[in-house]
Amino acid sequence: MRQGIFTVRENRALNARYNLLALEGDSTGFTAPGQFADILVPGFYLRRPFAVCDWEDDFFTLVYECVGNGTRRLKTLGAGTELDVLTGLGNGYTLEGAGESPLLVGGGCGVGSLYGLAKQMLRQGLTPRVILGFPRREEITLLEDYIALGLSPTVTTADGSFGVRGLVTDAMDIPHSSVYACGPEPMLRAVALMSPAGGQLSFDARMGCGFGACMGCTRQTVNGPRRVCKDGPVFRKEEILWED
Amino acid sequence: MGRLNVSLCGVELENPVIPASGTFGYGYEFAELYDINCLGTFSFKGTTRSPRFGNPAPRIAEGCDGMLNAVGLQNPGVDAVIRQELPKLSQVFRKPVMANVSGFSLDEYAEVCEKLDREAQVGWLEVNISCPNVHGGGMSFGTDPVLAGEVTRTVKAVTKKPVIMKLSPNVTDIAAIARSCEEAGADGISLINTLMGMRIDLRKRRPVLANTTGGLSGPAVFPVALRMVWQVYETVNIPIVGLGGVSSAEDVVEMMLAGATAVEVGAANLIDPLASKKIIDELPLVLDRYGINNIKDIIGGAHG
Repeated sequence: MRQGIFTVRENRALNARYNLLALEGDSTGFTAPGQFADILVPGFYLRRPFAVCDWEDDFFTLVYECVGNGTRRLKTLGAGTELDVLTGLGNGYTLEGAGESPLLVGGGCGVGSLYGLAKQMLRQGLTPRVILGFPRREEITLLEDYIALGLSPTVTTADGSFGVRGLVTDAMDIPHSSVYACGPEPMLRAVALMSPAGGQLSFDARMGCGFGACMGCTRQTVNGPRRVCKDGPVFRKEEILWED
Repeated sequence: MGRLNVSLCGVELENPVIPASGTFGYGYEFAELYDINCLGTFSFKGTTRSPRFGNPAPRIAEGCDGMLNAVGLQNPGVDAVIRQELPKLSQVFRKPVMANVSGFSLDEYAEVCEKLDREAQVGWLEVNISCPNVHGGGMSFGTDPVLAGEVTRTVKAVTKKPVIMKLSPNVTDIAAIARSCEEAGADGISLINTLMGMRIDLRKRRPVLANTTGGLSGPAVFPVALRMVWQVYETVNIPIVGLGGVSSAEDVVEMMLAGATAVEVGAANLIDPLASKKIIDELPLVLDRYGINNIKDIIGGAHG
């Protein structure tokens, strides 16, 4: 965990639903894709957690959706705005157990944290297969960025307006050695149940602190209570207890 | 002895700043960021007889200049705290630590306190009779002067360590509860725990917290906490630990002027993990600004 002041470089809509925020500042606190940043949004008391998408030593990006007052306020912040940010939070994904043919499955905003993972896999000589799922064509996010990495993602849209009609699970008949997923919890569950391989799932949670102090984001696992912010947000598939 | 030094129930503190229970875990997360031996002490996560998972999610909501929590006393239980957490804690913190205890029955308070009494590093027992999140137990002890006194007597009978009773603000007469604890033998009073509140999700038209209600903390509650510390100082002669929304060195001075001997910092640690350290670093400057030589001289100083 690092605390620092970051400057908004870019804050723009990617499409009708999702936005990209690029922040300048010492980003060496990030050590793994799937970690997150916790941003103090002016006018709000609690920090807001967002998975890192891409990062270099002096900047990082994230994809976010306006879901409440905090993220709506975030959307209004222009280039040059300074923000107090905690970086390098959470465990992130590990390539351990990825095997020869990892499959990355992202839904909605979740395509952001998997982008950093895809980059890291490519650096390690692994070429992941990628499935990106959205409700409709107008909400497709980061597709060109994945393509620019040399990958050929399969896109699913629930309304069939682009790619495979249906959900990400309708495109999962791809042989794979491991599965990595980030997206809404029902999607994570469906992906985990459908894939015979081992894998890692990245969870979202309403957090207090973001660094393990308040026990606000605990979920029950096969290994006992675990904090999404500190012990996660990435958990091994086998650790998760699914609530009915 | 430094100008920040205070004595809390006979135990010396290098300074009056104490991270509050439930906002500091067992200290390790913060020890990654700074040497937590700069703290006066800290109050570790509320401990019960058995392990508790706590409440379902969501447990956290935004307040207005504050936050709501309904964690529900998640903790590994007193035996695991003694076996696993305290040895690790002693690796990062070498001063006496404050043990925060919760319970659902007099028996449970007695058993947990008796076990923690044997731990050398425990300097004080802070007995929470005020957690508003647990159905049926914690709340009722803290809202009835007779029951609050019974818990105090029960705990005092099993420990030689100073007993600090932590009070709920969700009462009509805080002074009566404090008086009852003092009469039952309490060595100190800490207040306030969180104020009960709630938020509603406009899209779902349902409470944000799975528990419906939660405890409000943060700067929003500071004036309420200050008023209650003031009232309790006028009522009892035992030391008071003031807490509730403390976020700056000036808040610490204000709490002490109202009557606090030491001051706990809660929610601020969750927003800025360095908050307690920054407050300690700023205290000498704030003392200079207001012409205070030694901080212990101002305890209760605003009372006529």
